[in-house]
Amino acid sequence: MKAECPVCGGEIELAEGTVEGELLECPDCGTELEVASLNPPKLNEAPQEEEDWGE
Amino acid sequence: MEKLKVSIVGASGYTGGELLRLLLFHPNVEVKQVTSESFTGKFVYKVHPNLRKVTQLKFSSVNELEECDVLFLCLPHNSSQNKIDGFMKLAPKIIDLSADFRLKDSQEYKKWYGHDHSRPDLLGKFVYGIPEIHREEMKNANYISSAGCNATASILGLYPLYKEGLVEEDRTVIEVKVGSSEGGNKVNEGSHHPERSNVVRSYMPTRHRHTAEIIQELSFREKINIHFSATAIDLVRGLLATCHLFLKENLEEKDIWKIYRKYYSDEPFIRIVKESEGIFRYPEPKLLAGTNYCDIGFKKDELSNRLVVISAIDNLMKGAAGQALQAFNIMNGFDEKTGLEFPGLHPI
Repeated sequence: MKAECPVCGGEIELAEGTVEGELLECPDCGTELEVASLNPPKLNEAPQEEEDWGE
Repeated sequence: MEKLKVSIVGASGYTGGELLRLLLFHPNVEVKQVTSESFTGKFVYKVHPNLRKVTQLKFSSVNELEECDVLFLCLPHNSSQNKIDGFMKLAPKIIDLSADFRLKDSQEYKKWYGHDHSRPDLLGKFVYGIPEIHREEMKNANYISSAGCNATASILGLYPLYKEGLVEEDRTVIEVKVGSSEGGNKVNEGSHHPERSNVVRSYMPTRHRHTAEIIQELSFREKINIHFSATAIDLVRGLLATCHLFLKENLEEKDIWKIYRKYYSDEPFIRIVKESEGIFRYPEPKLLAGTNYCDIGFKKDELSNRLVVISAIDNLMKGAAGQALQAFNIMNGFDEKTGLEFPGLHPI
């Protein structure tokens, strides 16, 4: 099953046994994603803490 | 398989030394001669200490050059063009790493280099040396002219967007931050350690010669204009090109990703580096030292049509010797990654 990364549009293969709510990383842009649904396959950006780079 | 016999003219400089380092480990190559007029008769490790116990080669004079299969020219600019006939008699295939045969138009050459080209009849015979753009021409080429380091990073960063016609073609500004090895191994007052160390020196705010190559390679329709500046920073190897361009359409970042994928997903030495977390979110030259990669990242300004494209290379590798070896592999039918698979160091 394939899904599209919502950030970079990359195609991501969802492994057999993937469940809703599972976290995974996009191999292209590295964004952490959450499986929002499996039928149809849909990914959302996983919530992140903002980093303070002090710059 | 019989090895190709190759020689390097002008092998005592940084580019020549880097190329020799690569060629000595290439499985399909026998390095026959390396020349230096200043170091004739001396072991190459006297000049390139990293090659101690790697090779027993000694520098020859250019007058001692013998016939070979491929000749690499690592001479100062304006040297190759004056000696090219002799070199062409010695080898059927030549890769010139200087700027002498990069431009196709002799008038453009004069405009940017300040003098007439001595062999304008040959300008069209050299394939411009960026494999990602001219791979098919390279497969049948006898003569290749390697691209300038700043031009390589800039062109590779911008090529997909210009090729697709997405950019306002006269407004792009490129700022390149460069390391000291880009200036070669000839000393001057500015390279003296107390003067060079810690600098952020704006050494060429306008009229950098590499601008001409960028214009040449990105003019797919009408002739474009590029605004280029270079700043020397406290690096030995590496350069970072930050390109500010304005999109004709208000594309989303996902669209930009797709365009870069279209052109570069199968390229062995181009990586898109754009992450939302971690330390290295965008291209970082220090990670590329000794590698043939060009890392490219981008960020769309949400408040305007400005797109910032960031590309990084090792100027001596993808910007010179590595690029030349990749072209050599292509022109001789070898796997183009041969001899170029070093992934870099971390930490460094």
